[in-house]
Amino acid sequence: MRADGAASLTWIGGLLCLAVLLAALLAPWIAPFDPAEQSILDRLQPPGGDHWLGTDQFGRDILSRLLWGARISLTVSLGAIGLAMVVGGTIGLVSGYIGGRLDLFTMQVMDVLLSFPSLILGLIVVALLGPDLVNLVIAIALTAIAPFARIARAPTLSLKERAFVEAGRALGYSHARILFGHILPNILPEVLVMATLWLATAVRVEASLAFVGLGPKPPTPTWGGMTRDGFETILDAPWLAVFPGLAILLLVLGLNMVGDGLRDATDPKLRHE
Amino acid sequence: MSEPLLEVEGLRKHFVTTKGLLRRRRVTVRAVEDVSFAIGAGEAFGLVGESGCGKSTAARALLRLIEPDAGGVRWRGEDVLAARGARLKALRRRMQIIFQDPYSALDPRQRIGAALTEPMRVHAIASGAEARRRAAALLDEVGLPPAVLDRYPHEFSGGQRQRIGIARALTLEPELIVADEPVSALDVSVQAQVLLLLRELRRRRGLAFLFVSHDLSVVRWFCDRVAVMYLGRIVEEGPAARVLAQPLHPYAQMLRDASPVPDPARRGTLPRIRGEIPSAAAPPPGCPFHPRCPQAIARCTGSLPRWTALPAGQGGVACHLHG
Repeated sequence: MRADGAASLTWIGGLLCLAVLLAALLAPWIAPFDPAEQSILDRLQPPGGDHWLGTDQFGRDILSRLLWGARISLTVSLGAIGLAMVVGGTIGLVSGYIGGRLDLFTMQVMDVLLSFPSLILGLIVVALLGPDLVNLVIAIALTAIAPFARIARAPTLSLKERAFVEAGRALGYSHARILFGHILPNILPEVLVMATLWLATAVRVEASLAFVGLGPKPPTPTWGGMTRDGFETILDAPWLAVFPGLAILLLVLGLNMVGDGLRDATDPKLRHE
Repeated sequence: MSEPLLEVEGLRKHFVTTKGLLRRRRVTVRAVEDVSFAIGAGEAFGLVGESGCGKSTAARALLRLIEPDAGGVRWRGEDVLAARGARLKALRRRMQIIFQDPYSALDPRQRIGAALTEPMRVHAIASGAEARRRAAALLDEVGLPPAVLDRYPHEFSGGQRQRIGIARALTLEPELIVADEPVSALDVSVQAQVLLLLRELRRRRGLAFLFVSHDLSVVRWFCDRVAVMYLGRIVEEGPAARVLAQPLHPYAQMLRDASPVPDPARRGTLPRIRGEIPSAAAPPPGCPFHPRCPQAIARCTGSLPRWTALPAGQGGVACHLHG
């Protein structure tokens, strides 16, 4: 049995993620203002009044921009991790199953990829391709392919030695059937847990790239971009940077808590069959 | 035995690995050196020997689960080792395998029903409700209720899983079953049940068996003929009753004498087996058994004994004492 404390942390994390997801989905309806609407008269309003979280230097409503910004954060991170999971997972599965020199070579390429910090690799790719949404997804996905390849390969190596794989071959199953019909379902829990944990990293990398100016172009609201813009006025009007920073923090924290909980739940040592 | 179902001729499988951290050297493990035998339709053929003698490797090589390095395997005269694609798939229907470890033999994430109907779909034997009906019938044949279809492997005991594994091997209606130590991982009480089931299936379906085991009493009870393997070679072969009761080869004699006899009066009378089985990476010259053989003579160190056939269907032996 797991401690109740750990279980409730997972639930809190889940609620945080759910809140961000709802904010992103419902942004057009629940945002009180147009996120791009400028109003010189209302610039740098402190939180309270009509603007619950205040306004920025162009008089734009920060709450509305945060709600719309959640869409960018979630789209980019979900897209990137989804892509990394499919590509990296397939590389790991096939490489581990085939083994030999191909496996050795593939894993060395993955090690080279792993040796770059995600942010640096993301920076290089976005700088080369240009900062639009699709390139952002590709850049962040590239940084996460190697870990997914590793997490898929390790259990594949041990599973392919199990008798049920040999039974499949004796029964005339194709390699593709054995690989995707029998080995994949057995490694999927590990890969999905990994995906949750890496979603948090993807959110962070996306925010960091936007922070250094490699996010979607203004006036599209992004959490990282808003934090950067707020930095200039951090002493006079701290709410500009604090609220988007807090949003990033809460989403990353929530994803990590869910990921930890899922990891414990799928740990064979803790799981009771 | 009129026309053999399966003929194995000079089968060889060596595994090459590299050893050592700084000075890497190649080590060749001669798992199967030269193995020949034949199994007739409906015949139970036993392959016995200590662990590491190559019996499981030989069984896997003839099923093409491992590619042998040399030799020939013929199924009703057809070359098994040359078969590719559809030919190989068709041959796989004729020969199936049941495994020693029932826990790793089933995919933990696949329901029993799916595990039993998948082979039928792959070979286009049956699908949908018909496949499910057949699966239920197979479960009934191995003594399990149809409710098992919707359960996962972890819900079953070792003996039940072994029954499911047997049912899966029967889905393609094979003529030969390779049973690789099918009961040695099970409790003794369960062993007897599974052995009775296998014998019943053999009788009812006319199945031939290649029964790989180190348990001589089980082999003697189950098999018609038996071959004794030592270091990748068959040293003696013949009718099970003859080979296991009056073996000619000193190694087979040693195995016989080392088998426990359930008689309190003979407690503590088991003779000790001399020495360890040598490494298959560095087999001794001459007869591979000579370093442990109590009856070794000068010739044994120098040359490999030839296969000598015995008269009147009593099999054969590879030993200088009987050459």
